[in-house]
Amino acid sequence: MTRTATAAIGYAGSGRLRWIELAPWALSAAVYFFAPTYLPLGSYLLIMILFALSLDLILGYGGIVTLGHSAYFGLGAYIAGVFAVHVTGDPLLGLVVAAAGAGLFGLATGAVILRTHGLALLMLTLAITSIVLEVANKWTSVTGGADGMHSVPIEPILGLFRFDMFGKTAYLYCLAVVAAGWWIVRSIVHSPFGMALAGTRENDVRMHAIGAPVYRRRLAAYTISATLAGIAGALLTQTTQFVGLSVLGFELSGEVLVMLVLGGVRRIYGAFVGPAVYIVARDYLAKLFPEYWYLGIGILLVLIVMFARGGILGLLDRARARLGGRSA
Amino acid sequence: MDAFLASLVSIAFHGLAYGMILYAISVGLSITMGLMGFVNLAHGVFAMAGGYLMFTAMTTFGLPWLPALAVACVVVALGSMVLERLLYSRLYGAGELEQVLFTIGLIFVAVALARLAYGPLPLAAPLPEWMKGQTEVAGRSFPTYRVVVIAASAVLITILWIGLERTRWGAMVRAAVDNRAMAQSIGINTGRLFTLTFALGSGLAALGGALGADLIAISPTYPFEQLVYFLIVVAVGGLGTLRGPFFGALLIGVGDTACKYWVPEFGAFFIFVATIVLLLWRPQGLLGRAA
Repeated sequence: MTRTATAAIGYAGSGRLRWIELAPWALSAAVYFFAPTYLPLGSYLLIMILFALSLDLILGYGGIVTLGHSAYFGLGAYIAGVFAVHVTGDPLLGLVVAAAGAGLFGLATGAVILRTHGLALLMLTLAITSIVLEVANKWTSVTGGADGMHSVPIEPILGLFRFDMFGKTAYLYCLAVVAAGWWIVRSIVHSPFGMALAGTRENDVRMHAIGAPVYRRRLAAYTISATLAGIAGALLTQTTQFVGLSVLGFELSGEVLVMLVLGGVRRIYGAFVGPAVYIVARDYLAKLFPEYWYLGIGILLVLIVMFARGGILGLLDRARARLGGRSA
Repeated sequence: MDAFLASLVSIAFHGLAYGMILYAISVGLSITMGLMGFVNLAHGVFAMAGGYLMFTAMTTFGLPWLPALAVACVVVALGSMVLERLLYSRLYGAGELEQVLFTIGLIFVAVALARLAYGPLPLAAPLPEWMKGQTEVAGRSFPTYRVVVIAASAVLITILWIGLERTRWGAMVRAAVDNRAMAQSIGINTGRLFTLTFALGSGLAALGGALGADLIAISPTYPFEQLVYFLIVVAVGGLGTLRGPFFGALLIGVGDTACKYWVPEFGAFFIFVATIVLLLWRPQGLLGRAA
């Protein structure tokens, strides 16, 4: 616990942008220019990065363990789909509406469930995503039920940039939105609000004692996180023009949790490294050995919990410290 | 009116059978969570393993129904003991997140192994001939299988309650649930107690999974799909008690059956809403003590 906490203070202590933090964006640009066949996969990866980032905000920084974060991702995805079909296919407008819907839902559900702790909280998050899944499954006239919504219409961005069949526009669109999301999360983490949030995680009794509004801080973080998750979901609907039941439920919540932990919790960039490794590895391995993929991921998860709680970035930190700690 | 009464009886009967199975599977989860404070999301794995092992014992080794059930239960209990000693015990002091992640990892492994060994489709539970018909009870006929499920679960629950309320071992378990440090300091070997209790809980889950294989179909995704229900039973009933999950399981069993019968278009919707309302009213569960 304390090991990762001190590592995180290193980041939170200084809000100044370091060169290494631009690496993900340089890499993303390189993919666009040098690996155009991987753009659809890249878009999906960017979306999952945003989703993992939103989870890191409440799980890593806020200490709220949730099994139901897919509720907000899925709600955003479905709102984007329904809005495009029934109102307009304008992507930015759809994004705003989905963000607002998921954020409001996050505020409403968070206001209720954040009053509990431990198992009850865990159960409530699970129950919420199960309810949303059940509604999406049964309300077939709107959501398409188990078939989902196909060929969701989408218009050019700002009326200028059409979504092409190679996924170039979609990739750049995702890249821009995810970069904005990254900046928001990064600013929050380095802000006084972010420090207060970390305080509620570390010791909420003491935060109460110094007069900090613990519940309101956690609720605000939860709402922001839900909004970002909703945006990620909406991006998925808009770039694939499809939304189905797989955007909801416990399995997706578990999967994004695995991605985040794989990269490293409470580091911001764990939410980049984890999904990247997970999705690229799955793209290669799952086609070759579909059964062994889940076996491997399960074993990996157990190993991470047993031996490498900081994830990949934690391992890198440890390796660097052993090599002389020059970078510390 | 008579048709309505018949549907009420039918719902009560099927709900009871479902609730009994849910209880047999979940009670172990309640005890281990109350005893060790361990968030074991992988509990459904043991129930699934019980169902698969019983299938193998009956089809491959040709065992009759009852011995197959016993074999499945014992094998799973022994296997869970190994898991507890090797892995679970290392995480007793760890945070909630670590326990959640570790047990999700176990679910992934179990799902993959089950799919490798038995394929992706749900199993058709092999029932002996005498269980396939109908039985007359009080002038109405009921499916024999479900009558057996209810009777067997009732016997099981009685044994369990007597075991925990009347034996020395039961007193030790209850003492450790109440105050682990004190139990340890008066000479109770809590480590061994944990292992044995864990094995008992897993064995019961295997029994429930195998017994209920025709009610809750055994498939590789079983631990994922059923997890919500097991957790609801425990969370609604309260941790570390025997009676709490019993009421929780009956509530879920009958409530779920009634919803699916009367308003199938809403599916499990009401169950989740009821869970949320109940947990907000009593976060520690129906019979759980306030933390």
